[in-house]
Amino acid sequence: MFSRDRWDEILEALNANKFRTFLTAFGVFWGITILVLLLALTNGLKNGVTADFGNFATNSMFIWTQQTSMPYKGLPKGRRFNFKLNDVASLKNDFPQLKYVSPRNQLGGYSGGNNVIRGTKTGAFQVNGDYPEFIKQQPMDIIQGRFISYSDINAKRKVCVIGTGVVKTMYDKGEEALGTYIKINGVNFMVIGTFKVSNSQGDKEEDANTIFLPFTSFGQAFNFADNVGWLAVTAHDGTNITTLKPQILESLKNRRKVHPEDERAIGNFDLSEAFGRVNGLFSILTFVGYFVGALVLMSGIIGISNIMLIVVKERTKEIGVRRALGASPWTIKSQILQESLILTILSGMVGISFAAAVIWGLNYALDMNGPVENFANPSVSMSVVFIALFILVVSGLLAGLIPANSATKMKPVDALRIE
Amino acid sequence: MGANSLHVLKGINFDVKEGELVSIMGSSGSGKSTLLNILGMLDEADEGSYTLDNVPIKNLNEKIAANYRNKFLGFIFQSFNLINYKSALDNVALPLYYQGVNRKERVEKAMHYLDKVGLAPWSHHLPNELSGGQKQRVAIARALASDPKVLLADEPTGALDTKTSHEVMELIQGINDDGKTILIVTHEHDIAKMTKRIVNLKDGVIIDDNFVQQVRATQYV
Repeated sequence: MFSRDRWDEILEALNANKFRTFLTAFGVFWGITILVLLLALTNGLKNGVTADFGNFATNSMFIWTQQTSMPYKGLPKGRRFNFKLNDVASLKNDFPQLKYVSPRNQLGGYSGGNNVIRGTKTGAFQVNGDYPEFIKQQPMDIIQGRFISYSDINAKRKVCVIGTGVVKTMYDKGEEALGTYIKINGVNFMVIGTFKVSNSQGDKEEDANTIFLPFTSFGQAFNFADNVGWLAVTAHDGTNITTLKPQILESLKNRRKVHPEDERAIGNFDLSEAFGRVNGLFSILTFVGYFVGALVLMSGIIGISNIMLIVVKERTKEIGVRRALGASPWTIKSQILQESLILTILSGMVGISFAAAVIWGLNYALDMNGPVENFANPSVSMSVVFIALFILVVSGLLAGLIPANSATKMKPVDALRIE
Repeated sequence: MGANSLHVLKGINFDVKEGELVSIMGSSGSGKSTLLNILGMLDEADEGSYTLDNVPIKNLNEKIAANYRNKFLGFIFQSFNLINYKSALDNVALPLYYQGVNRKERVEKAMHYLDKVGLAPWSHHLPNELSGGQKQRVAIARALASDPKVLLADEPTGALDTKTSHEVMELIQGINDDGKTILIVTHEHDIAKMTKRIVNLKDGVIIDDNFVQQVRATQYV
């Protein structure tokens, strides 16, 4: 079908009116560029916002204690209270749907005062007391050594796992951190592991400047007894944490002697709900992206149809001449179709390449200048791109087919008469 | 085409033998172009029969018509009808392209016919770089390229001045001398006199049909 002669014929015809060819090509090019960029940017926004959740298991919630707002069982309102370690055990016991229940405690905090000393070096870090499961709720990459284990918990070992930011501040370059000691609030802990937080954004620095201690050692070293700062609760995949939430809160209220209707006594943050909300937002955003993209694509298609119509009209006489010289209707039709096909494919490809280059540039700039809030890794899936191109090509074909049909339906003598 | 059809030809009966050079004359509206278009299968007659080289031309679909036109007929138009983005050579080669002749042979043949009309040096010029006479000679070369049985010329000199007209007629007479059958539609008497037979049409019927003594165009050039 595509012999060299065919190519010559097609290229000649497209070359005959460069400006017109360029305009048609530009319409297609622009349509597909906008579509790809639009989808990529939507995706970038989505990736960025999703990354802000870190990679914390999203079927999770955090629960902490506040002041009671109702008197209950002889206890006054305005009472402060703490969760205890045995609440964890009872939660695990009462709710088999829960995958992890991690009690947590925290010391210091982001940009607090200096609390860690090693030799002549000092630094201010966030210090967490945690259980071994925590690494499964908030995945991190252990670079050296290991994370906290249950034998650390049971033996209340004074060991710690430190972030890359801690290593950078407290150690010289190339110095071995494992097996050394750092002094946290006056208590020595041995470093048994280093970690970095995998592909999180925004809080990277804070995460890297974190030290994990076994929960029990933490409690003993810093006088927390069996008090629990807050709970990180993750449900099994089959159960949504949001549906479990009321029962969990009720059980905790019951155990801590809080009025069942006291909404203010226990605070919580439902990651699943927040994530769902953001996800919902992005389904809408993605839909809008596709919708607007489809409209842009459609205007591109109308552009091709329009120009193909004019092209064929303009060439009615030429078509008449060709038919007088012995071109069959199919020859004429297939030439027009191939012209529009090649035009749409070529300009579509150029549009895709151009959009890809822009996306690459964006990614490069993002990599160079560090993360931007709420925006990361703009990208678009190949299948979407090819579907868009396919739609364009098919409509380019249809756009050529209609006028080509009418041009060959006309009697040659009438076609020749048109000036 | 159109709602108001018009009966143009009202009973035409004539034969043309191989090697004849016939001119069809008549005032405008007499039906001479319609006759030529029917002979050229560019238009269809409502009734009647037409036999070309012992092949009855009937029940044509557009595909067969295109094939017949390509094999049997060569067209020469008043307004040349060259494809303006193709070089003279490519224009001449176009009917051969539709015959499926390969590129090399096409170029060779097209060059041969361009040479025959004296335009070999202009083979790579576009039509708008040629004069009217030259364009018509390219068109004649194109009509000859597929080696048709009949050449049909619709006012071939209509857009040319007298001197160029005579040059073109000289070329056409030369082609006829080689044995090609040629039909020319014209309303110019001096052009008609350069053919061997004049058919006069009026209001869709033949009013006379005479063989004449051919005037050679050479004497004017």
